[in-house]
Amino acid sequence: MIDAENLTKKFGNLTAVDNLTLHVDEGEIFGLLGPNGAGKTTTVRMLCCLISKTEGKASIAGYDVGNEADALKIRKLIGFVPDNVGLYEALSANDNLDFYGKLYDVPDAKRKENIERVLKMLDLWEKKDVMVGTFSKGMKQKLALARALIHDPPVLFLDEPTANLDPEASKTVRDFILELKKQKRTIFLNTHNLDEARRLCDKIGILNTSLRALGSPQELENNVGGRATVIQLEQLTDAVQEALRNLRLDMTIIENRVTIRLANPEKENSAILDAVFRAGGRVQSTAIVGSTLEDAYLKLVRKEAIE
Amino acid sequence: MRLSKSWIIAQKDFKTFRRKKNVLYTLLIVPIMISILIPVVLLATHIPVDHLTYLLPAFTFFYVLLAGVVPTTIASYTIVGEKVEKTLEPLLAAPVTDGEILLGKAISAFLPSILAILGGSVLFMVLSDVATFKSLGYYFFPNLNTAVTLFMMVPLAVLMSVEWNVVVSGRVTDVRVAQQLGGLAAIPFVLIYVLGELNFVQLNVTNNLLIISGILALVDVLLFTVTRRTFQREEILTKWK
Ligand SMILES: Nc1ncnc2c1ncn2[C@@H]1O[C@H](COP(=O)(O)OP(=O)(O)O)[C@@H](O)[C@H]1O
Ligand SMILES: [Mg+2]
Repeated sequence: MIDAENLTKKFGNLTAVDNLTLHVDEGEIFGLLGPNGAGKTTTVRMLCCLISKTEGKASIAGYDVGNEADALKIRKLIGFVPDNVGLYEALSANDNLDFYGKLYDVPDAKRKENIERVLKMLDLWEKKDVMVGTFSKGMKQKLALARALIHDPPVLFLDEPTANLDPEASKTVRDFILELKKQKRTIFLNTHNLDEARRLCDKIGILNTSLRALGSPQELENNVGGRATVIQLEQLTDAVQEALRNLRLDMTIIENRVTIRLANPEKENSAILDAVFRAGGRVQSTAIVGSTLEDAYLKLVRKEAIE
Repeated sequence: MRLSKSWIIAQKDFKTFRRKKNVLYTLLIVPIMISILIPVVLLATHIPVDHLTYLLPAFTFFYVLLAGVVPTTIASYTIVGEKVEKTLEPLLAAPVTDGEILLGKAISAFLPSILAILGGSVLFMVLSDVATFKSLGYYFFPNLNTAVTLFMMVPLAVLMSVEWNVVVSGRVTDVRVAQQLGGLAAIPFVLIYVLGELNFVQLNVTNNLLIISGILALVDVLLFTVTRRTFQREEILTKWK
C-alpha cells in the first residue's frame, strides 16, 4: 500500500531523511519511531505529496508520489493528521468537518452521515456546534482524526497523534487507532513513544535521519536489542568475575547478579556456566531474557550519538 | 482549476467573518465613515460651484485609496491567520491545487472588500447629490468618470492590494505586521492623488483615468506571477515563517 525506495529529503545541505526504504502492507499499522528531528514529519509530508522529495521513489496504492497528476489521486486516498492539528478555531466542529467533506467531494447526504458517524464514534457528537477554540487538546486531536476520516480514506497518516495529550486522552486516541485497524485501514503512525509503537504497530521502523531498523516489535526486541542471560550467584567472588572477564563478554554486574548480553544465549550459555563453575561459583539461577523495544531503540539512537 | 473548490474555501472564510464580528466591523467602518463624512462636510460648508466640480471627482478617487487599504484587513486575517493557526497544512493535504486555494483566498478577500467599497461609494454619491444639488442645479453623480473610477480602477486596485497582501503574508507571521505592510498597497494611489492635487495629473479627465487603469491592470498581471510563485505548497510549508 505504501512503498518508499531510497527516499531522501535535503533542506539545503541538511539531510532530513536519508535513503529511506520501507513497505507497508494493506491493513497494517506501521510505526515510524524516532527522536525529535529524526525526519518523521518530513517523511510523512513527502508521502502525502506536501513537499517534494530530493531523491528516491515512493508510491501510495500504486500512485506515484512526485507525479503531479497522481498527487490529487493520492490526496483523495489518504487522511492526514498533521503534528499541529490545524483546525479552524473560530468554526464549530461540524463546520470544520463539513468544509473538509466538501473539499473531498463527499456528496451532501453522505457527508452528513459521515460527520455524525465519526463524531459519535469519537464522543464529540454533543459538541458538534461548539466553537473548536473552546475544545481541550484531547478533543481537538480527536476532531482532527474525525476530519481525516471524513472521506473514508483507506490510508491514514498520523503525525504524533498522542504527543502532548494526557494519559486518558492518549488512551482514547490509541483505542480509536486500533478500531481503525479493525476497519482494515492502512495506518502510518509517527511517534516517539515506544510503548505506543509496541502496543499499536504491526511493523516498526526506527528512524534517525536514516532507517536504523525495520521489523515487527518482536523482531526488533530480539534482533536489535539482543537477548541476555542473567546469572544469579550466591556470592560473586573475584575468581568468578575474573573468569567472566576473560570471556570478554558484554556484561553488567549488580551485586550478585550478572547480566550478559548475547546474540545467541542457547548456544553460549553452557560455556559461560562452565567457566563460572570452574572458578568455584555457586549459581542460584540462570535465565534468558529478551530485551525490550526500549533497549533496542536506545541502542540504535545511542549508537547514533556515539558515531 | 476548479472554481467550485475555490468557492468552498471562500465560503468557509465568509463563515469565519460572520463569527469574527470585528473583522466585519473593520471592513465596513472606514468606507461608511468616509461616505457619510464627506457629504456632511459638503453640506455644512459653502463651496463655490467651480470648486465642487473639481472636488467631487477627487473625493471619488478616495475609493481607489480605500481599495488599496480595505482588503488588507481580510487578506491578512485569512492568510496569515491560517498560517498562525497552522490550518494550511491539512488544507494542502486535501485534493485541491495551490492555484485553487490561492483563488479561494483571493475571492474571500476581494468580494467583501469590493462590496464594502462600492456600497460606500453608492452611499457617498447619493448623499453628495443631495448635498450639492442646490448649488450645482443638477445631480453630479453618476457620471462617466465615476463609473470608470469605481468599476475599473477600484476592482483593479482591490485586486492589486489582495495580491500584494498574499506576497506579504508569505513573509510575516504576525497579523498586525501583515496589516501594516499590506496597507502599503495604498501608497501608489496616495501618490496619484497628491499628483492630482498638485495638478500634475487631472483626475477628472476620462483618458487619464483609463491610462491609470491600464497601468494598474499591468501591475496586477505582474504581481499575479509573483503571487503564484509565493503560493506553492512546498514554499508555504518549508519557507513561510
Ligand atoms: N523547512 C525546513 N527547513 C530546514 N530544515 C528543516 C525543515 N523542516 C525540517 N527540517 C529539519 O529536518 C530535520 C527533520 O525534521 P522533522 O521531519 O520535523 O523531524 P521529526 O518530525 O522527526 O521531529 C530536522 O533537523 C529539522 O530541523
Ligand atoms: Mg515531527
